[in-house]
Amino acid sequence: MGHHESLPLGHTHFAEPEQVYHSAKFGMWVFLATEVHLFGALFCTFAVYRWRYFEDFQQFALSLNWRLGGLNTIVLLTSSYFMVRAVDAAQKGLNKKVNSFCNLTLLCALTFLVVKFFEYRAKLILHEPPIFPHSHIFYGLYFTMTGIHGLHVLLGMGAIWWLKMRAKREEFSVTYYTPVEVVGLYWHLVDVVWIYLFPLLYLLGGLA
Amino acid sequence: MFTFMPEQASEWAPYVDWLNDYITNISVFCILGITAVMLYFAIRYRRRGPDDVTPYITHSASLETAWTVVPTVICFFVFYYGFESYHEMRNPPANAMEVNVTGVKWRWDFEYSNGKRTTNELVVPIGRAVKLIMRSQDTTHSFFIPAMRVKEDVLSTVYSYLWFTPTKLGEYHIFCAEYCGLQHSGMLGKLRVVSEGEFGDYLYDRQDPEAVELPPAELGKLKFAEKGCTACHSIDGSKGLGPSLKGVFGGDHVMSDGSVVKADENYIRESIVYSQKKIVKGFEGIVMPAFEGQLSEAEVNGLIAYLKTL
Amino acid sequence: MSAHAATADGKQLNYLNCEKGLWSWIMSIDHKRIGLMYLASILSFFVVGGVFALLVRAELFSHGKTLYGPDDYNVFFTLHGVIMIFLFIVPGIPATLGNFLLPLMIGAKDVIFPRLNRFTYWLYLFGAAIAFCAIFMRLDTGWTFYAPYSIQNRWAVVTATAAAFFLGFASILTGLNFLVTIHNMRAPGMTWGRLPLFVWTLYASAILQIVATPVIGITLLLLLLENTMGIGIFNPAAGGDPVLFEHLFWFYSHPVVYIMILPAMGVVSEIIPVFSKKPIFGYKALVYASVGIAAVSFLVWGHHMFVAGMSNLSRYIFSFLTFFVAVPTAVKVFNWVSTMYKGSISWDTPMLYAMAFVFLFLIAGTTGVHLATLGTDAHYHDTYFVVAHFHYTIQGGAVIGLFAGLHFWFPKMFGRMYNEKVAKFAWLFLFIGFNGTFIPQFILGMEGMPRRYYDYPIEFEPLHRISSIFAFINAAGYAMVLGNLFYAVFKGKKCEENPFHSLSLEWTTASPPIHDNFVQIPRVTTWTYGYGAEHAAEGEAVH
Repeated sequence: MGHHESLPLGHTHFAEPEQVYHSAKFGMWVFLATEVHLFGALFCTFAVYRWRYFEDFQQFALSLNWRLGGLNTIVLLTSSYFMVRAVDAAQKGLNKKVNSFCNLTLLCALTFLVVKFFEYRAKLILHEPPIFPHSHIFYGLYFTMTGIHGLHVLLGMGAIWWLKMRAKREEFSVTYYTPVEVVGLYWHLVDVVWIYLFPLLYLLGGLA
Repeated sequence: MFTFMPEQASEWAPYVDWLNDYITNISVFCILGITAVMLYFAIRYRRRGPDDVTPYITHSASLETAWTVVPTVICFFVFYYGFESYHEMRNPPANAMEVNVTGVKWRWDFEYSNGKRTTNELVVPIGRAVKLIMRSQDTTHSFFIPAMRVKEDVLSTVYSYLWFTPTKLGEYHIFCAEYCGLQHSGMLGKLRVVSEGEFGDYLYDRQDPEAVELPPAELGKLKFAEKGCTACHSIDGSKGLGPSLKGVFGGDHVMSDGSVVKADENYIRESIVYSQKKIVKGFEGIVMPAFEGQLSEAEVNGLIAYLKTL
Repeated sequence: MSAHAATADGKQLNYLNCEKGLWSWIMSIDHKRIGLMYLASILSFFVVGGVFALLVRAELFSHGKTLYGPDDYNVFFTLHGVIMIFLFIVPGIPATLGNFLLPLMIGAKDVIFPRLNRFTYWLYLFGAAIAFCAIFMRLDTGWTFYAPYSIQNRWAVVTATAAAFFLGFASILTGLNFLVTIHNMRAPGMTWGRLPLFVWTLYASAILQIVATPVIGITLLLLLLENTMGIGIFNPAAGGDPVLFEHLFWFYSHPVVYIMILPAMGVVSEIIPVFSKKPIFGYKALVYASVGIAAVSFLVWGHHMFVAGMSNLSRYIFSFLTFFVAVPTAVKVFNWVSTMYKGSISWDTPMLYAMAFVFLFLIAGTTGVHLATLGTDAHYHDTYFVVAHFHYTIQGGAVIGLFAGLHFWFPKMFGRMYNEKVAKFAWLFLFIGFNGTFIPQFILGMEGMPRRYYDYPIEFEPLHRISSIFAFINAAGYAMVLGNLFYAVFKGKKCEENPFHSLSLEWTTASPPIHDNFVQIPRVTTWTYGYGAEHAAEGEAVH
């Protein structure tokens, strides 16, 4: 096998820590690309039906509470800020700070879900007659898109909770903070998706 | 060469077949040629021993350019021929005779411009352009006449269309080509291409010798097959989508609301013409099409007479 | 390559015997073991899908009712499709041969995310388990789940789409793992220009898996929500559009054909140089063709909908774009055949499979032209012509490619050799059975026989009979292939480490490889295909 020389092997891991760090980030970016396609298909579907049932979509958009939607936008943006601070703290190896910024991020995420709960309740229970996903394609899309986004928020909360636990165990350091950065990337995507969803669903019909 | 297309019965068919031949001939030439070269190499250069010396050839810019460009050019021609012919196929002439087609699980309904309605039988005059305007009543179907070389999906949301000019008298298959459930393969129709004169008679029912001369039960048997009843109703007692009609006449039947109905002439007639009025227990939710306005008195009588014989 | 550790009884330690017991397999994060577990799984599902195919062919043996009714028929052809597509051929070559060979070929100890790889396998099995529930729920929509028909058989569709969602997720994660591995785990000196072509095709199909699969994921999720909550998006009664479903469905399901076929092309690109003792001809062209096919595959989904109610302009554009897939495919075929020129060609089983692949894929490709052309597609669409074309692509292409690879890398995987005579005989059976099954179907398609028909007009009966008989010969061929390989796993003759004298990196380690693949990470100094002597015959070397 003449043409393959060999390198000495100094460790038993599959890859260098540096390599793992870059790969994890790269992997997360690729995963985010798949998420963009997932939501992209939803946005396409939304575009098709908004174009086809333009008046309906205009009218039903007014039934959504843009104040609550706007509040949630601010809440999520704030959570992203806290997430950035958590990543920053992790890069400096400050585990306590990571923990507290994770707490703040979780608090925002929870607020988002509570507000979402009241919005859903206003549609499904309080509204007369109640508005269901099958009431109109607009609402079908509204519940689907916000529901799938809400699921992402929940999964993100799980991931941040996991970071929090690891920070409590003092696992992050100036040389190891990959999980915080990777979860941070994911959390920002969740935020970005909402930034598209909010105007698309709440604002395109004008303000009620 | 290598063509097994069905009869050419439309103006459009010879052109499709020509194009098909064109592609097939190139294809067969390429398949046989390349395979022959491959086999020749495999035999001519077969391994004689482990120490065979082989040349180090990695690529050839000119050769590779050639076999990239040539297929590209061929493809452009094929695309163009396909496009040119298809363009015509998608643009029916203004004076085409229009027939409305409705796809229903699992039959084809046709309605002519004078209001005449038929099921599973489309009759058109030779030499005249026919445009079919199609819609589905339930799921997606696809209207396919192999002899005419035309096909188009039939949707429940929008009208779709296709057109052809028949050039040959005869009877041809109409298939449903989009999977539509249980009796998909039973969703068959007949296309009859007839002379102008015969078509006029047909359209205005000026003579329907069968209807006049056949005894009622025979006429009923004919209509039973023609209208697609067999897709759901067996006549041998086996369970289909609808109740079997063996011995149905004269018996007592339990309805979905629990009532018992004796199957007399009035009940049978009602069940054919207004099929949704009474539903036999166990068949709730299965919608039989109503035949209101689609059968003459003689035909309904014939069907009743036929059921009595089962 | 001889100084390996050994077990107490003097046997060489390798990835198979380094740990024992079921638990060591279940918990394994070794890409080689995961590859083998995938292989065992997909081949089992292949057998199940094959049984459904035989049931379908048996019913079609005669006009009218042969064995069972149309309700069973619709369930059987649906399950044949769902199992073969989602459980067998989508994971197919990447999850099995790809998992096993990718790290070995690029000189790495494993894929970059080994734990994710394990999770992916079990996610796949979980999805497969749900898919099997759909069998008992009498799923009868066809593997395409076309709306609005798929809105009527609610719970079976919910089950099947949920299964497909998990299977799709597993497919995405495999693609992601491979993509990052190829980017970041190549051994020193393994530059992009030296990557084996099999790795290049895995790279191209990884991109397809990542980009296309999320779209089918969300589409099937929408269908699931349609069936549970009635969101109306695909339901005409609620103002939804079934054609939108077709668009979203084919946006994935056209590229997925290349997820299946590209790695098979990669396998053939590996086999032909080894068994011809020649460098692969036109390496760069083959790389560009793979990536080009992947790119163009995203622009051609509309050719599945030429008669589905798209606007005329869309039909013209999609037809035009489709022809751009034909060119790189043709280039590949020319390159493979040219590689054999002046070679030293051995007629071993892997090479027989590779040559069969070239022949069958030629038929698949050229009949694809009939379907890409608008004028002829109007006649061929949704007929047996499409069925035959598709099976030539997937069975004649991807499956034959898989078996070519299995016969080629079998000694690598197990250090044993299968019975060569049986393998050749089985190959012949397969080849005859396959062509005998599907050539009549091309003719049926020309005559106008629509697909998915339980029954047919009497004049189609003779060809259906021929097709059915050969289908059983085809199945017997597969039974022989699988039996021969399975027997050889345990009882095959021990063979030398590199029986086919390949120069590729994966053969420089022990066969079967040690747990860590390489004792030392290799340093690569040349490309993979350095066969043949420079200027061996004067004037022959073309540069």
